[in-house]
Amino acid sequence: MREIEVSKLTDVIEKLCIAANEHLPEDVKCAIKNCRACEDGEIAKGVLDNIIENFEIADNECVPICQDTGMACVFLEIGQDVHLTGGDLAEAVDEGVRRGYDKGYLRKSVVKDPVRRGNTGDNTPAMLYTEIVPGDKIKVTVGPKGFGSENMSQIRMFKPSHGLQGIKDFILEVVETAGPNPCPPMVVGVGIGGTFDKAALLAKKALMRPVDSENPDPFYADLEVEMLEKINELGIGPQGFGGKTTAIGLNIETLPTHIAGMPCAVNINCHVTRHKTEVI
Amino acid sequence: MAARKITLPLTEELAKTLHAGDSVLVTGTIYTSRDAGHKRMCESLEKGEEIPFDPKDATIYYVGPTPAKPGKVIGSAGPTTSGRMDAYAPTMMSVGARGMIGKGARLPEVVEAMKKYSGVYFGAIGGAGALLAKCIKKAELIAFEDLGAEALRKLYVEDMPLVVIIDSEGNNLYESGRAAYLEQKKEK
Repeated sequence: MREIEVSKLTDVIEKLCIAANEHLPEDVKCAIKNCRACEDGEIAKGVLDNIIENFEIADNECVPICQDTGMACVFLEIGQDVHLTGGDLAEAVDEGVRRGYDKGYLRKSVVKDPVRRGNTGDNTPAMLYTEIVPGDKIKVTVGPKGFGSENMSQIRMFKPSHGLQGIKDFILEVVETAGPNPCPPMVVGVGIGGTFDKAALLAKKALMRPVDSENPDPFYADLEVEMLEKINELGIGPQGFGGKTTAIGLNIETLPTHIAGMPCAVNINCHVTRHKTEVI
Repeated sequence: MAARKITLPLTEELAKTLHAGDSVLVTGTIYTSRDAGHKRMCESLEKGEEIPFDPKDATIYYVGPTPAKPGKVIGSAGPTTSGRMDAYAPTMMSVGARGMIGKGARLPEVVEAMKKYSGVYFGAIGGAGALLAKCIKKAELIAFEDLGAEALRKLYVEDMPLVVIIDSEGNNLYESGRAAYLEQKKEK
């Protein structure tokens, strides 16, 4: 049994909130640069040039890439041989978010009630997911999620008879409906299977995977490639001004599901697809 | 295509010279407002009260910036999704606020109001908050401080890079830009 103080998590989460908001992952930067090289339209090229300049400014000056510094989605993979000591886990996580958003001059974008509103003033609570895994370590991932793109996400409970075609049509329908709103070029996270709630979580987790990675199952790896191509044939383009680059990546995550169902969730993210991970 | 430099206020005369797809560099005073600020301003206007700035020929930037770091004018400041202000935009235009800066689609009733009042909808690059902050030379909080990031600010911008998405005749770059790309692709 390894003992870990929850204050250690607070420190790591504080750091990851700031780093994730200032520094775009290398795979995302690389994908945007590759897409820029392939565009021919003047407006599309100009937009991608500005997007590249923007993440370079954020990198060099340590400022937020985007003003929507998001809700702090925190994923903890906790080794089953870890004993957390020194306080409440959820409070420690929120304290990390509170400090990170304060010290990093990040925007506080969370309201305390979905209907009655009212800003919490410190960007808490975090959207916390915990998973118990083998081992004696904790893998911490912070993925700040902006809502321009979150608002464009959808979930649908398909009949099994809708089959693969149903899923393909749905992914394209979600992207088409999103159009220029989620700041394209976007990253598309798809979750298929599980239950209603698990499908949505899978879609979110798909966004945490590098855009240049592929699903280990060749069937879904091929589907990722096919759907990314189809999305980029829509012509929505950077910022919706028309062009080749509507999405820079599409990841699919799956789970077994019920004999009667085929849930599918599509979580849309913008070109500022941020996440940072550290292992304690 | 070189960007055209324009200076605010956005008079009717100037608005009519702007066309969907034009790249512009905007200099002048603009006001920030998003969901909660628009709601308050429209409630004031309904009651016949004044809003915190003179709306005549004004331009509103849909933005909620990050807090300014010490020594900086403002934090990152890219556009938010404009569609959430669709419920308020026709009212704002009816009192003279002609320009809107944001990103994303607008409802037909907003476009109709733009044609009626010679409004212009500019797009700033969504997600480019660090870059756009560089054009903001002055920022002053003028109302609704309790709304935090959503407070109303008066900004002075220099050469802010924008694209005309919808012009005062209702032409829409989201439609024409995509159609042109798909047409060109078909020809290849």
